[in-house]
Amino acid sequence: MKGTKRGNATDWVDHVRRIRDRQDQQAFRELFEHFAPRVKGFVMRGGTDAAFAEECTQDVMATLWRKAHLFDPSRASVSTWVFTIARNRKIDLIRKQRRPEPEDLTWGPEAEPDQAEVLGLQQETEELARAIAALPEKQRNLIEKAYFGDLSHSEIAEQTGLPLGTIKSRIRLALDRLRHAMK
Amino acid sequence: MTMIKHHIPDDLLMRYAAGTLPEAFDLIIATHISMCDECRASAESLDAIGGDLIDRCGTQAMNDDSFSRTLDLIGASATIAPRVSHDPSLPVPLADYVGGSLETVKWRPVGLGVKQAILPTGPDATARLLFIPAGTAVPDHGHSGTELTLVLQGAFEDATARFAKGDVETADADLEHTPIADISEDCICLAVTDAPLRFKGWLPRLAQPFLKI
Repeated sequence: MKGTKRGNATDWVDHVRRIRDRQDQQAFRELFEHFAPRVKGFVMRGGTDAAFAEECTQDVMATLWRKAHLFDPSRASVSTWVFTIARNRKIDLIRKQRRPEPEDLTWGPEAEPDQAEVLGLQQETEELARAIAALPEKQRNLIEKAYFGDLSHSEIAEQTGLPLGTIKSRIRLALDRLRHAMK
Repeated sequence: MTMIKHHIPDDLLMRYAAGTLPEAFDLIIATHISMCDECRASAESLDAIGGDLIDRCGTQAMNDDSFSRTLDLIGASATIAPRVSHDPSLPVPLADYVGGSLETVKWRPVGLGVKQAILPTGPDATARLLFIPAGTAVPDHGHSGTELTLVLQGAFEDATARFAKGDVETADADLEHTPIADISEDCICLAVTDAPLRFKGWLPRLAQPFLKI
């Protein structure tokens, strides 16, 4: 099936658009088959049992569908967006704490982010993935530990020299345009 | 957006992205991010590292009926409405904790006209709203752990700097200060701490256990 193998970042953006615009179940199925097992893997790394992780993952994937109109591909890849939803659910369910989330900034039903900027952000994210893959294993482990909550704290960007600056400026620009569009 | 000069430190944004902070810290950071696009961009770029982790962290097989169960969950409730605020002094994440508006906050007097309201969060850190009447000083105090103070209305000043709406002051064990609210307007702040404050004067010290500061 197309998309389940190694779909690239812009492919997944298109999947989310199809869900948003046409409630496209086929697009959702492909997204599900790719991301659900990864979300489940992510949740189980927190030491939870399979039944709980299964339930949590279904919830995350359902949220994806229901928030498809809130996804902004000029600020995040689909993987990043999936991560934020999974992380927040994990905190809600495992730590039984609320995860306060910032206000939503959305393009609304009329406006869309500029296609070139969407492409730029998606490419930048793939660049980051390559940079992480190229890190010495020790540093990569450090990142994983921090994101799986096994480290109390660390300053990843400083310690690893990851190219986060370019992604940050792209997001900053997208936010400026978004604020302008929202006026 | 106002000109925000004082931001969330990088290491806290990092832990916010990882989801390892106590609820009270998540609350103040989410509130600041709602007011500050600079920190929102930083936080969202750190989320990209988490996104990469999702791509690489390995898979766990889902149950056979997972997909259909997920469709059931989606059911008729098609979309989730965006969370947006209508009160510029009270971004959505904070509004959720105080019953929707600053008027509904249950203030308790602390003395000298200063009032506070402790917000319901998890036990690892404390979040409180502070109301400091215009021109009033908060008693001189130090910090055992980390204290973040976000200005929602008005402004205050201490020996280090002036903090206006949207600014966050980060205080640690090294800082001892006497914040004073601007004379022009009552100051409302959100403050979080992961350890009790240390007051210099005998009166606040005496009252501390009762006020849970």
